[in-house]
Amino acid sequence: MVSDEYGFFIDPQRCIGCKSCVGACAECGTHKGRPMIHLDEMDRLNSTQTAPTVCMHCEDPICAQVCPADAIKRSEDGVVHSSQKPRCIGCQNCELSCPFGVPIVFSGLEQMLKCDLCYDRTSEGHKPMCATVCPSQALLYVPKHEISAMRQNKPVREFTVGALKVKTRNALMVPDPDKPLHLDAALLLAEGGW
Amino acid sequence: MARTPLTLDALRTTYGPHLNLAPPGGWDADPEPDRLVKTHCCFCGQQCGIQLKVKGNDVIGFEPWEDFPFNEGKLCPKGVKRYLQGNHPDRLTKALVRTEQGFQESEWAPAMDRVIQGIQDVQNKYGKDAFAVLSGVSMSNEKSYLTGKFARLGLGTRNLDYNGRLCMVSAGVANKKTFGIDRAGNSWADIEGAEVIWVQGSNIAECSPITTDYIWRARDRGAKLIMVDPRITPLGRTADLMLPLKPGSDLALTNAVLHLLNKWGMVDHAFLAAHTTGFEAALEAVKDCTPEWASELTGLPVAALEKAARMWGEAKTSFLLHARGIEHQSKGVENCLSAQNIVLATGRIGKPYCGYATITGQGNGQGGREQGHKCDQLPGNRDIENPEHRAHVCKVWGCKDEELPRKGLSAQEIMNAIHAGEIKGLLLLCFNPLVSLPDTEFTRAALSKLEFFVCLDFFLSESAQHADVVLPSALHEEDEGTSTSAEGRVIKLNKAVEPPGDARPDWAIQLEIAQRMGQGKFFDHLKGPEDIFNELRRASSGGTADYTGITWKRVEDEMGVFWPCPTEGHPGTPRLFEGGRFYHADGKAHLQPTPWRPAMEVVDADFPVWLTTGRTVFHFLSGTQTRRIGFLVEQCPHPYLEIHPKLAERFGIADGDPVEITSRRGAMVLPAKVVKTIRPDTVFVPYHWPGDLSVNRLTARHLDPQSKIPEFKVSACRIKKTTADQLSPELAELQRMAYEARTNQAVLPERVF
Repeated sequence: MVSDEYGFFIDPQRCIGCKSCVGACAECGTHKGRPMIHLDEMDRLNSTQTAPTVCMHCEDPICAQVCPADAIKRSEDGVVHSSQKPRCIGCQNCELSCPFGVPIVFSGLEQMLKCDLCYDRTSEGHKPMCATVCPSQALLYVPKHEISAMRQNKPVREFTVGALKVKTRNALMVPDPDKPLHLDAALLLAEGGW
Repeated sequence: MARTPLTLDALRTTYGPHLNLAPPGGWDADPEPDRLVKTHCCFCGQQCGIQLKVKGNDVIGFEPWEDFPFNEGKLCPKGVKRYLQGNHPDRLTKALVRTEQGFQESEWAPAMDRVIQGIQDVQNKYGKDAFAVLSGVSMSNEKSYLTGKFARLGLGTRNLDYNGRLCMVSAGVANKKTFGIDRAGNSWADIEGAEVIWVQGSNIAECSPITTDYIWRARDRGAKLIMVDPRITPLGRTADLMLPLKPGSDLALTNAVLHLLNKWGMVDHAFLAAHTTGFEAALEAVKDCTPEWASELTGLPVAALEKAARMWGEAKTSFLLHARGIEHQSKGVENCLSAQNIVLATGRIGKPYCGYATITGQGNGQGGREQGHKCDQLPGNRDIENPEHRAHVCKVWGCKDEELPRKGLSAQEIMNAIHAGEIKGLLLLCFNPLVSLPDTEFTRAALSKLEFFVCLDFFLSESAQHADVVLPSALHEEDEGTSTSAEGRVIKLNKAVEPPGDARPDWAIQLEIAQRMGQGKFFDHLKGPEDIFNELRRASSGGTADYTGITWKRVEDEMGVFWPCPTEGHPGTPRLFEGGRFYHADGKAHLQPTPWRPAMEVVDADFPVWLTTGRTVFHFLSGTQTRRIGFLVEQCPHPYLEIHPKLAERFGIADGDPVEITSRRGAMVLPAKVVKTIRPDTVFVPYHWPGDLSVNRLTARHLDPQSKIPEFKVSACRIKKTTADQLSPELAELQRMAYEARTNQAVLPERVF
């Protein structure tokens, strides 16, 4: 069981694009060199902004809902697991339906594997690999009650995807709407003719 | 004639770089280790704690080391994948001796005979100093110390220097002048409570990634971040104030800040009077440095300069960090001095959350510059020309003053002297000057003139390709010792596995050469790295970098000890300058005047664009190690030209277009990466690659007159769009390697569409 006390908080504002998370994910004992997460440049022409994508672990996961083989299970502790090998038919419904772009059907394996919150680690009281190594702690795994004292950004666990409301175990950190962001570089760009 | 004995293609086929993609036995091998070895990363100056998973004599992976206080398990991608440099197909396991046909593998003894003969031939014919030693600061304290003693007593040459000369020596000179000691003022713990963090010339997110979290923890508590860089780097993107100045104009900025602090009455006169000298002269030098004046030079708006000065002036606590951006300039020392002046003017140093540091770049950049393998230094950060300092070291080493050579040439000066035919022989270790020194073709010509060149390395680096003999050396995880991190924390490097084949640690090779050179009396008592460390402690005793009280056991038990630590009962010194006590004889900090001067090369009609260089997060320095690791090459296979769309548009350049970049030294062609995160008058190229793809083909051998650091960060160039057939074939090969890393397929598929 993964402790309910701990939360996973994802803050793209802090992401530095180093892909330590991706590299370390591949090193996890059960992953055999395959990263289950990814990191993307958002708009490199305009910004160095990058963002990591790990599974959000939905309360009612769409990937599982659309799976024709009933191969995707969510355990009682709220973790959504990789497909069960005997059941998975590699149809990619989960890949196509996930609002966050997480599941991957690996060619050659013909099976969907995904971020399982490093179940082998977290169920034994360790942090997930990515959140352990992340240099900027854009990926953060800490007791949930500590987050408000630790960070100025606020956790969001509810998303609207089309007509669908999605509630997640993991949280996306967003700037506090009551606190204005300083963007003085932009001011300089305007004045300096950038 | 030390030309490369084979074509580039033939060298690559045999010696790489090839990619290591998977741990020993592949990904399906049992991932359970026999044991975990607590040690540190082999790369940058942060020296993150890491546990290596060891099975038999192989490192098969890593496990985060969350108990180590500096990084608490955090690692950058280089740290995550560092273990793949072991069990590498390119690894040198036998000595190589050059013949007409190329390199031939050799048994150890005949190769060593040739080394001894080569050194003796050069020294007998041209004198002791005609044989030089160039080393590096990815080496442990023990190896750094021994290298200094080996060159001076083992070989009797004064011409010994190191690649720390390309790292932070400008800060080192400035630290000694101002503070009387050359170390970061604080441990990083003082970053977390600072109100304002000023980062100048440091791409922290990519070059010292773990420091990012320290800064964010301060920001979580309300700290403001000021970033000064010609590029909006990943951390700069989020800064409260980003100051994208022109390359080479840092001194104008900090001088103007001091001018404004004084004008606005934001100077701590009580602190200055009690604990410093030289403030009046420093002020005199900036009396005309108005924000209007600085605005012209930096290209920054007056309002932004004033805002920076006000944020800095109003803070109660602060931490100023800088790195190569201001140090790699022909006025690198003055840049650091000026930064120190704005710290001292506010009195915010030597107190909790009040700090100042250069972020050392290389693994042991801090320790390496204290142990005496620098041309002007002896252990304990002593001065080789100071009679008292010499007497102390002579006593520890058991030599006479006349046996201890005097100050020699610095790294670039050694290469200049090789080119001029004044130095005829070279022993090179832990340094790849053909990639990392400026003016690559000059360096190549110099290496080709050597009469005897021996290199110690674990891979055949581009520089080693020119050697007469290459002796295989040990990796970081195949040896034991200590290192000193950017914070000044001495940490313990532990041995995980034995070196393969005939490879052996640098210290063992040096001890053998010294003995064969008939100098065993100075070295025979040193049986291993712990003996060397214990002698280092005695040699450092009474110096500013005093390690006397630091033992290997203490370092392990206490997870690092901060020097100075003069006795075994001393707790170490995480924060320097407490109570306003500095390390000059008068106990005061000595502010230095820093009058403005321009870079050695500035843009003009012929070369109208600023060129600056730096690193990416996926590679380390000359890339000898990281260009061989699949994951890292996949993420960043080759260099590119960062260029603003406005500048690109003027030359008709679109993203991905091949661009010819020309400086007074040479030319190269790279694909354009069009981004708005760089000044429109400046282009940037990362420097980790050799040959056609080495941006140091374009950089100049302009040195800071005091620190002798080359001005990597400021050059003038011109650019023009060219055609794809002008791109180096090396680029295509690196793209193929990235494909291999991504797909495990060695051959690119033919284009289907």
